[in-house]
Amino acid sequence: MSMLTIAMPKGRIFEEAAALLQEAGYQLPPELDESRKLIIEVPEENMRFFLAKPMDVATYVEHGVADVGIAGKDVLLEEERDVYELLDLKISPCYLAVAGLPNTSLNEVAPKIATKYPNVASTYFRGKGEQVEIIKLNGSIELAPLIGLSDRIVDIVSTGQTLKENGLVEYETIVGITSRLIVNPVSYRMKNADIAKLVTRLTDIIAETAVQ
Amino acid sequence: MINNDRLGDKMSKLLMFEKPVGMRDTLPHIYETRRKLKEAAEQEMRSWGYRFIETPALEYHETVGDASAILDRQLFKLLDQQGNTLVLRPDMTAPIARVAASKLLKERIPLRLAYSASVYRAQQREGGRAAEFEQIGVELIGDNTMSADAEVIALLVSVMRKSGLENFRISLGHIRFIDELFRQILGTEERSEQLRRFLYEKNYVGYREHITGLPLSSIDKQRLLQFLNLSGGIDCLDEAIKLVEGSAGSAALNELKTVYDRLKEYNVDQYVTFDLPLVSHMSYYTGLVFEVYADGVGAPVGNGGRYDNLLGKFGQPAGATGFGLRVDFLLEALEQLEEEEGIHCILFSNERRVEAIEEAQKRRADGEYVLLQDVAGVKDVDTFTQTSKNVTFFVGKSSNGGNV
Repeated sequence: MSMLTIAMPKGRIFEEAAALLQEAGYQLPPELDESRKLIIEVPEENMRFFLAKPMDVATYVEHGVADVGIAGKDVLLEEERDVYELLDLKISPCYLAVAGLPNTSLNEVAPKIATKYPNVASTYFRGKGEQVEIIKLNGSIELAPLIGLSDRIVDIVSTGQTLKENGLVEYETIVGITSRLIVNPVSYRMKNADIAKLVTRLTDIIAETAVQ
Repeated sequence: MINNDRLGDKMSKLLMFEKPVGMRDTLPHIYETRRKLKEAAEQEMRSWGYRFIETPALEYHETVGDASAILDRQLFKLLDQQGNTLVLRPDMTAPIARVAASKLLKERIPLRLAYSASVYRAQQREGGRAAEFEQIGVELIGDNTMSADAEVIALLVSVMRKSGLENFRISLGHIRFIDELFRQILGTEERSEQLRRFLYEKNYVGYREHITGLPLSSIDKQRLLQFLNLSGGIDCLDEAIKLVEGSAGSAALNELKTVYDRLKEYNVDQYVTFDLPLVSHMSYYTGLVFEVYADGVGAPVGNGGRYDNLLGKFGQPAGATGFGLRVDFLLEALEQLEEEEGIHCILFSNERRVEAIEEAQKRRADGEYVLLQDVAGVKDVDTFTQTSKNVTFFVGKSSNGGNV
């Protein structure tokens, strides 16, 4: 039986995701975190892990080079990849929000929205019947309204601290975000035993955590 | 060192080797492997009594483009000189339905047709996926029996095996079961469609959240949640029957059971599992649906099912079922490329040309692949003959052609 390959997101979500897998009884190598190795095999579990940029996890899974992945709902909304979204892992909760400088309104002619999530932002404003222009940025989104690039930003908010520090306020909440277990459609069938086991174990842990 | 200005220059102008996104070349060794795979598959379809047809690459957007199961944004569109919108055919099922409805249905019914052709689907996002690929498949038109559904799946298994594939699996579902279950619990088509969309998008988390928010009894919510787990062996049909009331839902399950029994008779049931939440299209299929997965390929290698409404769109209502397989994915699943047929290389010089031609013709008549090359046209004989199976020289004055 071939190995189950799991794509893990680097950064914020990683630790919580790794802890969840460990709680579910999987022997994760301690060096996964700080290792410079990109791919780590765990023969005892017949599993293989690799770390990817959170935005890229769904891409690896869609193309089938990873059977399973852990990805934020923000990534799934933005990327619209053809993968199974099987479980809400309920970790790394945060939300997507519209923010900007306090007491400002949208420019009436060509309101500009800066974001890392052009697809989500455009769908959201279209849904509200507002015509906006989307500007794609790759980081430090808070800078855009401060320096005058955009009227509003659409970004991920977890504590609101970053917005506050930059003197920005939230105008609207778009959608709540947690991390999800995603699965390639072919792996879902061809490795169904391994994946079913993973899903059952994780479901139990999530249920336990919810009760506490 | 990278010079950024130069990079800018290059990006603005298409280079000679560039191709549109998703378009691919086929080099000789892949071509040979693909040819053999297709021949094996086509031969199997022929031996089951299916007749091959060809249709044009361009069709009207209004008719075939509209009737096709492929999403509009995935169509390549162009205009003809009268201003009609044309599409490069995105699949073969709709063109075949057009031909069948307009001509062939007046012949012998049921109709068994097969195809092997390139289809085109625009890739908007990125590379890694083909925008042009060959599909090979069959359509069985005008036969509404379960025997027809079973035959198509049994043939699919047979084609996969004849193509050299063993490690594959077919997931079976039934659209009418989903429709009936949702209708019973949700009442309206609109609400059913909302829920069906979650399945189509493979978003099980969204499906569960959506149900939690619906004004339903906890028993009904439980029915909808349990439905998601209905996959695996034949036992899941026994679980499924508990979720629906009345005859319409159980009729669909009986169809699945019947087809599975028929597949046992064909001795191919070991490839089949059930997956009742399978929704491969929002509206196209009307009964049994299935997808085929092969180890080592990230997307389904093929799919199919019953589509009883399509022929009606072309003015000749008739039931139909069929499948299509993606030749490029089958090749990916095969892993091993065929060895190229060895080519016998005959190099000659001018004074012995006649001798060389005679030798070549003799060998060709025996079925060998023979290449005839004037030695004066070759710069480096060693490099040129590197990939040849055998090399014979007809060079110089001697009449004894020497094998090397």
